[in-house]
Amino acid sequence: MAKHFLGDTVVLLGRSLRHITRSPDTIITTAVMPIAMMLMFVYVFGGAIRTGSDSYVNYMLPGILLITVASGIAYTAFRLFTDMKGGIFERFQSMPIARSSVLWAHVLTSLVANLISLVVVVLVALLMGFRSAAGAPAWLAVAGILILFTLALTWIAVIPGLSAKTMEGASAFSYPLIFLPFLSSAFVPTDTMPGPVRAFAEHQPVTSIVNAIRDLFTEQPVGTDIWTALAWCVGILIVAFAFAMRTYRRKIS
Amino acid sequence: MTTQQAPAIQVQGLEKSYKDLRVLRGVDFDVARGSIFALLGSNGAGKTTAVKILSTLLKADAGTARVNGFDVATQAAGVRESISLTGQFAAVDEILSGRENLVLVARLRHLRNPGRIADDLLARFSLTDAAARKVGTYSGGMRRRLDIAMSLIGNPPVIFLDEPTTGLDPQARIEVWQAVKELAVQGTTVLLTTQYLDEAEHLADRIAILHEGRIIVNGTLTELKQLLPPAKVEYVEKQPTLEDVFLTLVGTDGKNGDARRTPQVSTDQ
Repeated sequence: MAKHFLGDTVVLLGRSLRHITRSPDTIITTAVMPIAMMLMFVYVFGGAIRTGSDSYVNYMLPGILLITVASGIAYTAFRLFTDMKGGIFERFQSMPIARSSVLWAHVLTSLVANLISLVVVVLVALLMGFRSAAGAPAWLAVAGILILFTLALTWIAVIPGLSAKTMEGASAFSYPLIFLPFLSSAFVPTDTMPGPVRAFAEHQPVTSIVNAIRDLFTEQPVGTDIWTALAWCVGILIVAFAFAMRTYRRKIS
Repeated sequence: MTTQQAPAIQVQGLEKSYKDLRVLRGVDFDVARGSIFALLGSNGAGKTTAVKILSTLLKADAGTARVNGFDVATQAAGVRESISLTGQFAAVDEILSGRENLVLVARLRHLRNPGRIADDLLARFSLTDAAARKVGTYSGGMRRRLDIAMSLIGNPPVIFLDEPTTGLDPQARIEVWQAVKELAVQGTTVLLTTQYLDEAEHLADRIAILHEGRIIVNGTLTELKQLLPPAKVEYVEKQPTLEDVFLTLVGTDGKNGDARRTPQVSTDQ
């Protein structure tokens, strides 16, 4: 069946993308929460936060982008869960298709949907005064990091999407992921945090990813942060992929 | 291969347990090509488990099963080429339209002209008027009809229908029965599970009763009837059943512009 893998994935991707265009609210609700946070942080708290950066929007946008992805993947789990519950998943699995293309179509849909939400959030940030002098290579690097991050979180989302018993269970996993950026350098520099919190903040994945993206936007040398960020993304991706595939194999055998 | 002569489905000593629960305890049956075979049993008898094993969604703990000559354990790809599964819940995409659902399946079966295949099936199942509507707006009967239409794409020689009429109203049930009968006329082998005795009686060439994980009887309706003492002749006043009354009053045409050839029943006294 491997010869059909690409074709089948494309057909199924077309199907889930159609779901998104039929219910664009999933893109909008994904983007609304990060935008609301951005407004609140910039216009309410921002004046009181000392970041050493001239513009607070510039400072916090990287963290907001990660929150966007973290809230977007809840829909990935939701879409997969709906397929599992409705029986269409079983129909696909009993058909002469490349079986794993069912999963890959969902993963690629997640990537497309999250990238659209990210573009929306960046556009709003531009309206709010976000500016970056970064050239094309830096933007490409940012896009690359965000794609890796989205894929890593998407494979995490696949696990509850396949195994959850209820709709709530399928999407609740994303709350801690949305919260993680608050315990990082995303909104305030870590050096004002008390010891243990600071230790956690400085060694969790979000901080290195946020720092790398921030340095790319401000044309600073990225230093070791980018390698730490990439290592985290790839590491999470591999582990989540392995667990997701194990869950998947258990489901189909 | 000599698959032409062999039965379409051969099941021998099939066993399956979920942890301590022994769902199938050695199931044996054959289904002849082009026949309708009903697996009858109450809820939890193991009907769905058997269908899932035959459609390669589950692995059996013991026993063998061949579908269209292919072993379900070792030749799963061949089995999937030969079958279509209509599960217990209508496996349709609610967000897509009826036509898009059919095109999707036709494309996944790598067929040419998916659009034409879809249009033909829409016409055959009286769904042309609803073709462009989201399936989420369909009635239960329309959904089931679409579901069965999706199963016919690619003309698989064997079709599994797992409780095809559970949860349907009497009219929709008759529509589904009609569709199943048409299948058998065209030479498709149908394995159907049901908990409704009259459904098995109406549709099936052979009936097997699955009880506590085993087939306890297997035969034609006449053979099954002979298991009981011969019928006594009694004179009973024939009262219409509530189903007769209901179908007479509401008409059996369905309200979705169906052009079915159902005889019109007169309501005049």
